[in-house]
Amino acid sequence: MTVDTSLVDWSRAQFALTAIYHFLFVPLTLGLSFIVAIMETIYVTTGDEKWKEVTLFWMKLFGINFAIGLATGIIMEFEFGTNWANYSWFVGDIFGAPLAIEGIMAFFLESTFFAVMFFGWNRVSKKFHLLATWLVAIGSNLSALWILVANGWMQHPVGMQFNPETARSEMVNFWDVIFNPNAFNKFLHTISAGYITAAIFVVAISAWFLLKNEKMRDFARRSILVAASFGLITSSYNILTGDNSAFTVVHNQPVKLAAMEGLYNGKQGADIVAFGILNPRKRVGDKEEDFIFAISIPKALSILGYHKLDAYIPGLNDLVFGNENRGIESAASKIAKGKKALAALKAYKEAKKSGNEQKAKAALAEFRQYEKYMGYGFLDKPEEIVPNVPIVFYSFHLMVGLGIWFFILMAVMLYKTMTGSLAQSRAWLKLAFYSLPLGFLANELGWIVAEVGRQPWAVQDLLPVKMATTHISTISVMITFWMFAFIFTLLLIAEVRIMATQVKLKAGGGKNV
Amino acid sequence: MFEKLDTYTLQEYWWLIVALLGGLLLFLTFVQGGQSKLGMAKNEEQKDLLINALGRKWELTFTTLVLFGGALFAAFPLFYAVSFGGAYALWMAILFSFIIQAVAFEYRKKPNNFLGQKTYELFLLINGTIGIFLIGVAIGTLFSGAAFRIDDMKQMEWLGSMRGLEALANPFNLLFGLMLVFLARLNADFYFIYILGDADLVQKARKSLKVDFAIFLVLFLAVAGWILNMQGVGYNAKGFYWVEHKYLKNFLAMPTLLALFIAGVVMVLAAVYGALFKNARRVFWLNSLGVVLVGLSLLLILGLNHTAFYPSTADVASSLTIENSSGSRITLITMSYVSLMVPFVIAYIAYVWRLMDSKPLSEDEVEHDPMSY
Repeated sequence: MTVDTSLVDWSRAQFALTAIYHFLFVPLTLGLSFIVAIMETIYVTTGDEKWKEVTLFWMKLFGINFAIGLATGIIMEFEFGTNWANYSWFVGDIFGAPLAIEGIMAFFLESTFFAVMFFGWNRVSKKFHLLATWLVAIGSNLSALWILVANGWMQHPVGMQFNPETARSEMVNFWDVIFNPNAFNKFLHTISAGYITAAIFVVAISAWFLLKNEKMRDFARRSILVAASFGLITSSYNILTGDNSAFTVVHNQPVKLAAMEGLYNGKQGADIVAFGILNPRKRVGDKEEDFIFAISIPKALSILGYHKLDAYIPGLNDLVFGNENRGIESAASKIAKGKKALAALKAYKEAKKSGNEQKAKAALAEFRQYEKYMGYGFLDKPEEIVPNVPIVFYSFHLMVGLGIWFFILMAVMLYKTMTGSLAQSRAWLKLAFYSLPLGFLANELGWIVAEVGRQPWAVQDLLPVKMATTHISTISVMITFWMFAFIFTLLLIAEVRIMATQVKLKAGGGKNV
Repeated sequence: MFEKLDTYTLQEYWWLIVALLGGLLLFLTFVQGGQSKLGMAKNEEQKDLLINALGRKWELTFTTLVLFGGALFAAFPLFYAVSFGGAYALWMAILFSFIIQAVAFEYRKKPNNFLGQKTYELFLLINGTIGIFLIGVAIGTLFSGAAFRIDDMKQMEWLGSMRGLEALANPFNLLFGLMLVFLARLNADFYFIYILGDADLVQKARKSLKVDFAIFLVLFLAVAGWILNMQGVGYNAKGFYWVEHKYLKNFLAMPTLLALFIAGVVMVLAAVYGALFKNARRVFWLNSLGVVLVGLSLLLILGLNHTAFYPSTADVASSLTIENSSGSRITLITMSYVSLMVPFVIAYIAYVWRLMDSKPLSEDEVEHDPMSY
């Protein structure tokens, strides 16, 4: 089988580009919508006009970010069809229900009440306006729920069966798809990461206000009080959900976990690398050292993965070459079975066409025997199941490190705000300000771990990325890649400049701009 | 409840939903139509008023387009894969026009907006004209077909070398696209008459309505006549075959749809009459309902009565129907339960519109609104 790898790479690059840009804006939308809703709730319950001023300012920044998040989001949806036609057919039956729910429940909630939230201040009652703000927040977050359910299914396909007649996965149990533990953890971890990003955004800009203008003290204190409280709660929760996510990865995507930890040889009572530098020459199956330098936490990976001190965690070598003692099948064996599945499927189709029912029945029985390995049949060599280890390893560790830093930052900022000592703590104010991009960075890193870590699969074990693309010319994808890169970069620059100007105007005037 | 329906009825039900979304999308193009009419404003205040009137509704068009695409993906995934993958360049061009629209309202007047106000207004114009024209061309291909083949394993092969741009060489598609541009402009005229509190702009919208309606009427008659005369693909247990006057036959076979189509046309005509001769403001809704009904009936004759809604001009047996391109029975049933939420969604949208549009939008309100565009 010949696959145009340049087309696959360009298609991947285009999707990655779109997703990276989209994921810059969405987490902020998810979190800021709730922060604004909380601020407005305080305004409505206290009647204090200063809280309205706070609400209006952050709402304006929310609107600026919301527009571009929507713009990049529409591309994601249609790119499934334009660039990943085979994938669209393969998963369409499963994605149908979550996407339908997303569209009906979330999108319309968001877009209908967005108009009230922004333009209804003088047209509807205070309470109805507050309700609209909350509904926008809920709608935005529901959007994330359904799309992450779909993504979670790709990481751990359940509630489905491959139909040889239609050559696609078909849903057999909706509830299995919806309550897929992978999807659920992914949703909780991703939205809480978005909440932290928004909290850091508000805290960082408020810290800058405090550094720049004494008159902004009250405005900044109110903003930090809400954002840091929200950020502290959500970052604690994010650590918990991170733990759950790792737990599901261990069980469903062991290759991803091994790559996250740079673990080549499986261990009983495996350590977690707290800090390490991978050996760049290291490849699966060779004798090179795994790390140039590493500081590890003993047995922590076994605890994380199985909640047991001495649990065995397979390494990349075990997963690629197999480990009989541990009952781990080699990728080569899976590839052989996958090829049998594909051959049986072909034989089934041919027998059906020629009307030979007996032969078709036998071929179908053989296909069912090897069905779960079907995706492996498209692979050429066992090493293909290993994702890019350095990218996954460093992204994961940096993300975890940042997550811990965010927790500390939120705790300190909240404590100092409540004790009234924040304005004097210039070092912390600067640290908070410089942390502004880190929230966005952590989100991107998390996405990279999740998506690069599952390569080569579009749908885990069933559909490799290289078989999922639309058969179009590479040049078509290259052209649109550069067009997207150009327009998204242009719009990102526009957003950053507009946001920065709004913040500077606020710092200068102290009134809403 | 839905479990009792047979699979074909479920497929018909989902085609009805897709058609309804398509009809709603046509009505909501008043936003795009309005974007192409910013030249009506004689000064900056009037332009701001027009932008803000449209800006309060733009997300709904956007959302409906996304949902229209999503519903096709969900209910008819093979169409999604074939059309979007095959007409790659066409869909990408449509998407670009919507990306630039999304930010234009919000960024246009913000200080230090990097690209300048004129650029964002140009973005709105592009989306309001080229974007809507290309959507029309894409919808036109549902009638005129495309050159693709699908094998047993659902692998698709597209024979056109222009990745969808060849649709622009088809006169029917071009006419359909052009008609949609003028429909959007007509819808916008009605919307401006309905929403604006500026007598001068309302007067201009009424004048503009005459011209837009005259052009739209000519284009609509040409498109409708063409559709009723064109051949379509029918199918039965033996296979697919071309049928002369297929869509006319579909109307005659399903008189309810013909009645809906005629009722829709009458409503649009009545709305034009009301706006021009009775100075009526709320005829926006009459026109909107008429547009939805016409769009709904046209899309329904496209897919019902054993008609291929996406004919293959390269291999008629590869043509897509609501049967061979749909999701599985379980998925259709599950989604059908989800669709029961639609009336609630429509109810809250109607309620919010009623609240927000209870009084006309004035320049004064726009000027003093801290959140205005």
